Amino acid sequence: MRDLSLHILDIVQNSITANASAVTVHLGVKAENSYLVLEIDDNGVGMDNDFLSKVEDPFTTSRITRKIGLGIPLLKESALKCEGKFNIYSKRNIGTKVVATFPINHIDRLPIGDITDTMITIIAANPNKRFILLLDSVKGEFKLDTEEINLTLNGVNINEFAVLNWLKEYIDESIKNIFGGVLNEVDS
Amino acid sequence: MKSIAELDEIRKKTQEQISLRSNTDGIRVIVGMATCGIAAGARPVMKAFMEEISKRNLQNVTVSMTGCVGVCRLEPVVEIMQKDGSRVTYVKMTAEKAARIVAEHIVNGKVCVDLTIGAAEEKK
Repeated sequence: MRDLSLHILDIVQNSITANASAVTVHLGVKAENSYLVLEIDDNGVGMDNDFLSKVEDPFTTSRITRKIGLGIPLLKESALKCEGKFNIYSKRNIGTKVVATFPINHIDRLPIGDITDTMITIIAANPNKRFILLLDSVKGEFKLDTEEINLTLNGVNINEFAVLNWLKEYIDESIKNIFGGVLNEVDS
Repeated sequence: MKSIAELDEIRKKTQEQISLRSNTDGIRVIVGMATCGIAAGARPVMKAFMEEISKRNLQNVTVSMTGCVGVCRLEPVVEIMQKDGSRVTYVKMTAEKAARIVAEHIVNGKVCVDLTIGAAEEKK
């Protein structure tokens, strides 16, 4: 994967396949700007311990079930190659949480990529699911909750193009506000 | 700064337009968005479909995504489910091809045969 936004799109697909009705994507800059933390949390069917122990292995998993293949190993690889960390937590019938941390200044750290495009893609394709995007850094925090958006829209579908265009500008602006100047790849 | 209040304006405008639409089942565009598809560039393809459809203001065309359909080497894969229930599978998609498919297939009903999985398999 070329950047984090593509990893996010991929991992969120797992949540959707696991029948999650709500998925939270959290991207934060921690510890005096040295770490970028990505957390993807869902309320899907989860995994039992047996499956969880095998899920990071690309070969045993993809053959047993179609639920997860290379997505998780690739994200793990992206985190580890820049000396970051990767963890996955899951409970049957409760949900799954994927956490990856990336040292910001490591030369092999992936850029965050087009987070907006990823969010718009998953929202547009899954208008009936709830997605929450959380961004935070020393510059502040931002929360987008599609449930709130749907309340405001009062019956108008969230995947109307006028709404998606507004969301796009809204998220773009927030990424600039929160990560501009904090991450090299985001203009302030 | 953008605010949620702007969204209310969009809601009002959109609500007026929606009431003019019919509810008949339309064409569905389904983009393969598993690891293989994403790595091969499915996101820009899906974006291109959404933008073209919005530009042309096409009603009753929905864009959604699915997992791996099993032909990872031909990703990005897009399926068009037509009104009659039949489907056409396009392979090795790009944003440019998406624009062409919207114009020729979705608008004019003419399948872009050279971009389909059948054409790709024959070339081998």
